[in-house]
Amino acid sequence: MKIIIQVTPRYQFKVPVYAECISPNVFEGKGLEEISRLEVWEGNRRRRLNELFKLELVKDEEGELTINLVGNFSKVRGIGAKMSKGRIIVDGDAGMHLGEGMSGGEIIVNGSAGSWAGGSMRGGRIEIKGSAGDYIGAPYRGSNEGMKAGLIIVHGDAGREVGCLMRGGLVKIYGSVRHFVGINMVDGTIFVRGDCAGKAGAGMRNGRIIICGRIPSVLPTFTIDSIRPNVDVDGERIPGPFYRFIGDIADGGEGKLFVSKVTNPHLSHYEKYLQ
Amino acid sequence: MSLLIKNGFVYDPVNGIDGEVMDIAVEGGRIVEKVDEREAHIIDASGMIVMPGGIDIHTHIAGAEVNSGRLLRPEDHVYDFEPKTAITRSGVGHSIPSTFTTGYRYARMGYTFVCNPSMPPLEARHTHEELEDTPIVDKATFPLLGDWWFVLEYLRDGLIKECAEHVAWMIMATKGYAIKIVNPGGLEAWGFGRNVRDLDDQVPYFNVTPREIIRGLCIVNKILSLPHTIHVHTNRLGQPGNYITTIKTMDCVKDLATSDKPVIHITHCQFSAFKGDSWANMKSGAEDIAKYVNSHSHATLDMGQIIFTDTTTMTADGPWQYTLYELSGNKWVNHDVEVETSSGIVPFRYRRKSYVHATMWSIGLELALLINDPWKIYLTTDHPNGGPFTSYPKIISWLMSRRAREKTLEKINRKARARSLLPSIDRELTFYEIAILTRAGQAKALGLKSKGHLGVGADADIAIYNINPRLVDPARDYKTVRRAFSNAAYTIKGGKIVAKMGEIINVPDGRTYWINFNMDCDVFSQRDLADLRRKFREYWTVEYENYIIPESYLKVSAPITVRVGV
Repeated sequence: MKIIIQVTPRYQFKVPVYAECISPNVFEGKGLEEISRLEVWEGNRRRRLNELFKLELVKDEEGELTINLVGNFSKVRGIGAKMSKGRIIVDGDAGMHLGEGMSGGEIIVNGSAGSWAGGSMRGGRIEIKGSAGDYIGAPYRGSNEGMKAGLIIVHGDAGREVGCLMRGGLVKIYGSVRHFVGINMVDGTIFVRGDCAGKAGAGMRNGRIIICGRIPSVLPTFTIDSIRPNVDVDGERIPGPFYRFIGDIADGGEGKLFVSKVTNPHLSHYEKYLQ
Repeated sequence: MSLLIKNGFVYDPVNGIDGEVMDIAVEGGRIVEKVDEREAHIIDASGMIVMPGGIDIHTHIAGAEVNSGRLLRPEDHVYDFEPKTAITRSGVGHSIPSTFTTGYRYARMGYTFVCNPSMPPLEARHTHEELEDTPIVDKATFPLLGDWWFVLEYLRDGLIKECAEHVAWMIMATKGYAIKIVNPGGLEAWGFGRNVRDLDDQVPYFNVTPREIIRGLCIVNKILSLPHTIHVHTNRLGQPGNYITTIKTMDCVKDLATSDKPVIHITHCQFSAFKGDSWANMKSGAEDIAKYVNSHSHATLDMGQIIFTDTTTMTADGPWQYTLYELSGNKWVNHDVEVETSSGIVPFRYRRKSYVHATMWSIGLELALLINDPWKIYLTTDHPNGGPFTSYPKIISWLMSRRAREKTLEKINRKARARSLLPSIDRELTFYEIAILTRAGQAKALGLKSKGHLGVGADADIAIYNINPRLVDPARDYKTVRRAFSNAAYTIKGGKIVAKMGEIINVPDGRTYWINFNMDCDVFSQRDLADLRRKFREYWTVEYENYIIPESYLKVSAPITVRVGV
């Protein structure tokens, strides 16, 4: 039993909309009237929330606040930024910087999400039913404060540099990822059920990357350590066997890169280094 | 337009005025005896503090180094931005704000004169271009001369007179104001992957020691009768045990002081006041330095206070910046500026819970509180190395209130707290002393005759703070003090109101002060000039003709003519 506020775009946006105010923390305790006056930016124009979106109170009962975004939000950036509680459900696509810096609560996207989903996340949960863009969990350009805690699940594919500079938490990609998964990561776990385009774990210092699908090659700065029958991710046992690599040695790293043995027969030459 | 500031509590240490209620009259950009009350714009300053405009003797606000810092740190900009208004430009940046924003933020705090202390001479043009875009405040910039090949060669050969001629040419060519020395000898050694370990270590290939460089340039400074002393960033900065080097550095020019006038300025002294022999047992050397400074009159210092925040360190001290990169593992920039100097940039976060950082915080305040004469120590953070200049109000409140210090002490590293001298220091500075630390003392050290005071004839650079010294006890209400100094009620620059309660209402261009030598003879003999041109061709990427910055290049030039007979 909860309060549900439904937000629908009034028209198709042509330029990016910065709507960091779409967050349960901001909406909480405000009437619909007050919420509709919140400030958003459409390109370089300052707007009110209700000029761009139709707001409706669907259910009003005691309990947790849920914001239901219905429609195409792929141009809308910063949805759920810095939220610490409540739920956001996007029925459609979400734009860049989804849940940036969030520390609690939950975001569910029944569609795809743009780049920087869960950027610098501090806690909470993001589930994306479609695919996601680049830089999942990555910090803002130049910063090294990557994702620290929380969970990001992507059911589809993800782009480049998943978990860049990650310091904790868990990222699960059920589809494939592109290059540089876990680049410069310091801690935490990235699980990829699909394939990886390559360069996994470049510059990683610690943490774990598990790749169940195919990877063309492992970086030369990784050294094979052992073959493991399976890997535990968040209480779930992933059956292997896996090659376990340690790296990135170029950065003095001790990160663990698990690569499935069955789907990567071309990596079998590493086995001779295990004797 | 004439102005009359009525009934303020005036603090003007140069003229010995300590909180007297009086009127200040302004006409034609200067302070005058009186103005016609009917025609003047009247500012009611009753219940407010009136001080001369603030002066910052050491703040990295412009130049190639600062700009590289901006490029290196997009994350420094993203959460701190100012939209444009009808008269101000937009800008970004927490620790390294963009040029316009720098000017506005200084003006909001009541500051009207800032010194950009490290300008690689090769980057002088860039520096002046950025200073030109730093509105409102007046500025001066100090070229780096401690590792300049010519200086090293002249001093090695004992040619002091020629060295003085060369330095005079350099200062005029780059439109500089004072001689800046950074880690003398160390930067040249860094070109060969080395550093100097102490004052008597040889600089590779030059057979000259840091001691000879400092002494040589100090004599040159006297020959040229520059208004400021040599401005020294000591050897071994940022290394445990360096306090002894700092004391030796001050001591090595002691005999060159003939009167009470200081001959050396040790800048951001906090970074040069570490005791101990490793980071684990590093502690404060502030007491020893304070003892030395209290018993000698030839040296002045500035604090280089650190603030617990995320900031960007940038100095010409390449080897130290490399060490800092190794300590922090952060992204870094390191650069060798041809034959002149080096430089480096590393983003850095000072943490309360770090023993070393908490001790550094304590050292800065200990220095300011243990040095008895406020005319010898000035308030700086070595912006942005210790923290952004916008945190000066915070430092003022720490200096004025024991309670404010205790509040912060409670939150810092326990071991650092136990070893800190601060709990044993009862001293709380008065508004009068703060006016010396932030204005009058700095003006005196810089030799600025018409700044830092409110006497008749002085430039009408005035800051009015909304705080009543009769009603507010700064020791208890330190938060009120902090608020008042963050946003001046009025900032007046050159007789114009530029900021009012934190809002910029007028954006005049600041003047650039530089030293114009009036020599008895030609600066160079023909032979020396030919030599200089030849060396430019051989060593520099810039030709001699393009190197010199003409006066017309400065937007508002304010030369200070110095007569010398070399």
